[in-house]
Amino acid sequence: MEHAKPLGIHQSADGSRLDASDSQIPVKLFGMLAEFASPGEIYEAAKKIRDAGYKHWDVHSPFPIHGMDRAMGIGQSKVGLIAWVGGLLGAGGGFTLQYWVSVHANPFIIAGKPFNSYPAFVPVTFEPGILLTAFGAVFGMFFLNRLPTLYHALFKSKNFHRFSNDAFFVSIEARDPKFDLQATEKLLTEIGGKNIEVVED
Amino acid sequence: MILRDNTLPRATLVESKSFGEVNEIICAPTNPVRTPKTWHILFLGSLSLLCLLGVMLAYLVWEGTGIWGVNMPVAWGFAIVNFVWWIGIGHAGTLISAILFLFRQKWRTGINRFAEAMTIFAVMCAFIFPSFHVGRIWVAYWMFPLPNSMGMWPNFRSPLLWDVFAVSTYFTVSLLFWYVGLVPDLATLRDKATSKMKKVLYGVFALGWRGANRHWQNYERTYLILAAVSTPLVLSVHSIVSFDFAVSNLPGWHTTIFPPYFVAGAVFSGFALVSTLMIIARKVYGLEKVVTMHHLDNMNKFMLATGTIVAYAYAMEFFIAWYSGNPYERFAFINRALGPYGWAYWIMVSCNCIVPQLFWWKKIRYNLLITFIITILINIGMWFERFVIVMTLHADFLPSSWGYYRPTWVDWLTFLGTFGLFGTFFLLFLRFLPTLAIAEVKGVMPEASPHHGHHHQEALTSGGQH
Repeated sequence: MEHAKPLGIHQSADGSRLDASDSQIPVKLFGMLAEFASPGEIYEAAKKIRDAGYKHWDVHSPFPIHGMDRAMGIGQSKVGLIAWVGGLLGAGGGFTLQYWVSVHANPFIIAGKPFNSYPAFVPVTFEPGILLTAFGAVFGMFFLNRLPTLYHALFKSKNFHRFSNDAFFVSIEARDPKFDLQATEKLLTEIGGKNIEVVED
Repeated sequence: MILRDNTLPRATLVESKSFGEVNEIICAPTNPVRTPKTWHILFLGSLSLLCLLGVMLAYLVWEGTGIWGVNMPVAWGFAIVNFVWWIGIGHAGTLISAILFLFRQKWRTGINRFAEAMTIFAVMCAFIFPSFHVGRIWVAYWMFPLPNSMGMWPNFRSPLLWDVFAVSTYFTVSLLFWYVGLVPDLATLRDKATSKMKKVLYGVFALGWRGANRHWQNYERTYLILAAVSTPLVLSVHSIVSFDFAVSNLPGWHTTIFPPYFVAGAVFSGFALVSTLMIIARKVYGLEKVVTMHHLDNMNKFMLATGTIVAYAYAMEFFIAWYSGNPYERFAFINRALGPYGWAYWIMVSCNCIVPQLFWWKKIRYNLLITFIITILINIGMWFERFVIVMTLHADFLPSSWGYYRPTWVDWLTFLGTFGLFGTFFLLFLRFLPTLAIAEVKGVMPEASPHHGHHHQEALTSGGQH
């Protein structure tokens, strides 16, 4: 189903009757998608969806919209923590490796320097520290975002692909306790959503 | 921290009002119909040079490093000169993507993808020289601390080993930075793709990106962390490269000015090459609306600033050589300027110290042809800077062993071949990937602010909370 006709939304693709109050939904739904025209509109819309008490929903935009985290009411990213742990492991591992190699595994006197010539070990402590911080940040981000996710229900929508060009979308997932076909559609219409459609999982 | 764009008039950053138009402009080069004839000619040329590089390197592996001009007393010839030159070029890419990002210089979005690609390909070219200079390339893994049956470990007190770690970390982090930046733009190409193959290929590398704000949140934090670690990284890499020289006890090399002076020189040459490539690419691909004169002007100012720092460093080196009272140090510098390699020294001084001073004039900064010529001269000058530094070796402590280094034809063709490597990868990048950071360019347009237009009043009241 693409463009939502006010009534059509209550019918799933195979024509079975959908009713959110019914615990047995015949066709599994991913949720509902609505389009907004501009960053300003979707920003205002996000605040209203947040205030309506939804939890499992998201905003899709071609670029990060400033202040959207606050408008959506989501907390801080945890990427920093993962990167920090990576950095400590890298720097700690780098120094330990050099100490072990130079003092235990291969103790050679070079240029009359002590085995543990720690000032000379700074570069190879620093570089692995940076490397593992970067690994932590990038792979931590992939993990938190569950990427790669090559298949996703939203990609079934005919409209959705424009999110990477110039369109802005809100998706509200069916697993949200507040999700209700009529009520959610009403809310999305009220806050200015266009092209509202139901997305099957 | 609200990214206000009040400091600059809108037109100077992006001369377009619509996200869709920006999308079209940036994606256009990936459309095969739009590939100009020049691209095919350049690609053929680059590919031939790349083959030449392959032949020269195979010859070297077969025959040994004796076919290069390196010998005593100049044991470091073209190999190290080219290595430092290429890696220095790479540094501007990181400066643009990381340092300018931390300083919230929004004009960087017009050139950062381009510069990051340049970094990666330049570091690949740089890698070639030390790896093949080891001679027995098949045991190059000895440079890494790998357990082996010989019980042999690297010497962690050597700057050359620091270099191995610095350059490989630099390459890896630059690649990650570049790729992370590309993910949303690959999603754009995936969603625009018309053929099945493109859709699948771009789709796989886009990782299923859906522009979700919960993703953008982690993404932006990752980008910030990468910028924050790349900044000290880029400074450390060229500092460590300069330690290859400065930690040795040679007059002319053993100076504390080397790390900052090398970093400034690296940024200087890198900006020059970004500019050279950008002037051509924006013309060929019609990117004038997103890479405006404002961008080129800023890069010219960077060249002026870093060029002046480099000139100061040359002067200070000379002063300290005299002030130290050390006769060997004095001789090394007088010999640089007036000795057998004096011609190289004066090429260096004219290209690096005098030529960029022309950028004081706005008329020259806004003249594409003159800018183009100056950027080429700067890179010639910066190549000669490294040549001059390395050639300090030709007159060592014992006059009986003095010599004159001459590169062989293999040296020249190998160096030429690295341009093939660089060019091939760069042209493939121009052809298949978005040359500008699409998401970021859209993000700096005033229309991207949620408080743009009729919400203006609210922006003023709620802006302070962010």
